[in-house]
Amino acid sequence: MKNRSLVSIDDYSKEEINRILDLAEYFEENPNQKILEGKVIASLFFEPSTRTRLSFESAVNKLGGRIIGFTDSSTSSVTKGESLNDTIRTVSKYSDLIVMRHPLEGSARFASEVSDVPVINAGDGANQHPTQTLLDLYSIKKTQGTLENLNVFLVGDLKYGRTVHSLLIALSNFNPVFNFISHEKLRIPDEYKLILDELGVKYYEHSEFTDIISKADIIYMTRVQKERFSDPVEYEKTKNVYVLKNSMLENTKENLKILHPLPRVNEIDEDVDDNSKAYYFTQALNGVFTRQAIISSILGLK
Amino acid sequence: MKENKKLQVSAIKDGTVIDHIPAKNLFKVIRILGLMNLENQVTFGTNLDSQKLGKKAIIKLSNKFFEDEEISKIILVAPKARLNIIKNYEVIDKKLVSVPDKIIGIAKCVNPKCVTNHEKVKTKFKVLSKSNVALKCLYCEKITDEEHIEIII
Ligand SMILES: [Zn+2]
Repeated sequence: MKNRSLVSIDDYSKEEINRILDLAEYFEENPNQKILEGKVIASLFFEPSTRTRLSFESAVNKLGGRIIGFTDSSTSSVTKGESLNDTIRTVSKYSDLIVMRHPLEGSARFASEVSDVPVINAGDGANQHPTQTLLDLYSIKKTQGTLENLNVFLVGDLKYGRTVHSLLIALSNFNPVFNFISHEKLRIPDEYKLILDELGVKYYEHSEFTDIISKADIIYMTRVQKERFSDPVEYEKTKNVYVLKNSMLENTKENLKILHPLPRVNEIDEDVDDNSKAYYFTQALNGVFTRQAIISSILGLK
Repeated sequence: MKENKKLQVSAIKDGTVIDHIPAKNLFKVIRILGLMNLENQVTFGTNLDSQKLGKKAIIKLSNKFFEDEEISKIILVAPKARLNIIKNYEVIDKKLVSVPDKIIGIAKCVNPKCVTNHEKVKTKFKVLSKSNVALKCLYCEKITDEEHIEIII
């Protein structure tokens, strides 16, 4: 993994995913170490994403590294019409690693081709967000003790949600069973079903959010975005159907944990927050350890 | 055996005849193969009758022979094209166009939010399906299916 960019979750094999998760566990136990001393990390956020940016910056700071960059493109030379090519080539001369978020899909792959230093994709439009996927996997492994043979329920926007798609692909390495719960308009796209069929992964589709969740080891909730519906009435209806409430968790498994990439709208009722099965806030913290693992592994420091 | 069927375009001594090009895509084939920059003698005929294609085009190139990889680029516009390799007025070999693994810089990505539609980046696709050509963009990872393939050179 040394010196290799992380653009898409398929850039990492099963072994490499496991290595990152082991390292994340190590950083959770030893979060403050000065192994990035003397290193400069460029943090290029061509569109704002405070949550992801703070998580990366926290990871770098805990390891003693320096950060240069911008937090949204309106404050950078990009507004003066500089091409992505020129920005990346220039910044790669000043830094040891680039973390970038950009609204265009494929932008991180392109950046990794023109950059002299490795690039970590912190989100390229609706395409990929591999560090989110790795922190999701870390959260699952930490709470279940394994990634193997789990029954994973994915709920909400399964059509457009990039975190869902990347998680599917990554988890498919570990013999899962998937249950998809969504409105018919937000079903998992055929191309992902084809991939699962090819890999021989079992999955079931449901349109109702019922007591079938009693079989779940993990429930991964996502938000349904208003933009996905042309009819606002239909959006209002849908958004209130796929809501997880505390009362629904009564007959669920002991080991069940509820994950969500955050921010949420209303799809997890606040009455779930105090249930010990709610894991989404800890999940966010796991992002820091996972990113420490990814950065130090790419820089060859661990 | 060598007596030709009705010759619709004059014969060549040595070279390649590309047959069964859909007439509407003749100029795309010429652009994709860069034939306008060749010094060789090139003759072509178009709107010829074809049982398979309705109207077909044919290109004859003197002293020009293609590598499989080079000719595979025309798969997007002339999937049924047939190559006749001519030596001394005789057809010594016939070839179909093979499907390449990658297509670089010929087609446009269908995704308006793809970086290749905003920055100066050559498009790159993995060819997914060999029967109905579908292209997976190596940048945005979206799939451009056969009916949406747009040639950009
Ligand atoms: Zn694309």
